[in-house]
Amino acid sequence: MKSKSLYVAVGLFLIVAFASLVILAFQMTDFSSTHTGKTYRVTAAFTNIGNLKMRSPVRIAGVTIGRVSDIELNKKTFQAEVTIRISGDVDHIPSDSSASILTAGLLGANYISITPGYEVTNLASGDAIETTHSALILEKLIGKLIYKKTSKESS
Amino acid sequence: MNNSRLLRVGQQSLSLIADMGHAGLFLWSVITSRIPWRRIVPLISEQLYRAGIMSLLITILAGFFIGMVVGLQGFHTLQKFSAEQALGKLLALSIVRELGPVIAALLFAGRAGSSLTAELGLMATTDQLSAMRMLGVNPLWRVVAPRFWGALIALPLLTLIFDVVAIYGGSLVGVDWLGVDRGAFWSGMQSVVEFGGDVMNGVLKSGVFAFLIVWISLYQGYFCEPNAKGMSIATTKTVVYGSLAVLAFDFILTALVMGGW
Repeated sequence: MKSKSLYVAVGLFLIVAFASLVILAFQMTDFSSTHTGKTYRVTAAFTNIGNLKMRSPVRIAGVTIGRVSDIELNKKTFQAEVTIRISGDVDHIPSDSSASILTAGLLGANYISITPGYEVTNLASGDAIETTHSALILEKLIGKLIYKKTSKESS
Repeated sequence: MNNSRLLRVGQQSLSLIADMGHAGLFLWSVITSRIPWRRIVPLISEQLYRAGIMSLLITILAGFFIGMVVGLQGFHTLQKFSAEQALGKLLALSIVRELGPVIAALLFAGRAGSSLTAELGLMATTDQLSAMRMLGVNPLWRVVAPRFWGALIALPLLTLIFDVVAIYGGSLVGVDWLGVDRGAFWSGMQSVVEFGGDVMNGVLKSGVFAFLIVWISLYQGYFCEPNAKGMSIATTKTVVYGSLAVLAFDFILTALVMGGW
């Protein structure tokens, strides 16, 4: 009898521990959102990706529809080849859509924003997004501003 | 005079190395001893009860208060940058990556490790282990192995429970008392915490900590000097070495994992 209540206690302990694992997985991580459904890959080449990282979000109209899955340097063109995974239920993005790297807030993380085009054909797996806009580098912008101001004053 | 001091240093470092070798051989013989698994399962579950469930209350209480204090401190610091929306991220990442595994392991070393050492030490002192050997029962599988596996299973599970309780403790302070937006709190947390990279790494860490603690405490108990003073030294050593090993390996493991990022 004693050993039975012992087993019950141990069993309850195991159940509580695995319940915590499930809570951690579904309540506190994006486990559920990244592991459901199919995705397809699209590539885009940027001249400068700024602070874009792996797993950065990809958005249309501010809604996250995918994530950056790979970033590589193209050794011939010296452009950054970014591979993005888009969730399978967003499967009719026009093929002339453009991708730009934006910043969330003034100092926030970079993300890719896709602006839909007007073409009838859709982006399919393996396609490349032709029109891209690179990340805005704050230092360059400040540099330009100072240059403009000083050149104005000298003239 | 000088010579004898030098001699002592040499002897001490030799005995330190010998101790480590002894502990390694002990571990090897525990892991490789032929274990009759069918007979050992009830023993493991008894140890799971004593190491895991008896430490459950202290783990939950500690987790709750640590979550609350991280929530409070984090809120006041983040508020200076009016970034208190990021409290969920701060809380979850610091708990799941560091505080959960480390503090659960430190509590475990104090609560379960010391009791393992004291128990085995008393068994050795009162010649129970020798009596077992005389009866033809190998104490390595009858006494040591169940405690080893039981503690090895218990600590990662305790860490998971600690994580959840601490995060809810932090949300109680941050969201319910201090008024951080509930949606921003949880969604911010979900957007940064990764299941494989953060939660599973924490569990892996706590598995390594459990291994270190149980190895140290069983070795200290099994080979303690068979008298009252020896037992007290062994118990103290378990807690001190166990805690230091946890903190040192925490740094090493974190550096290894972070190195890949």
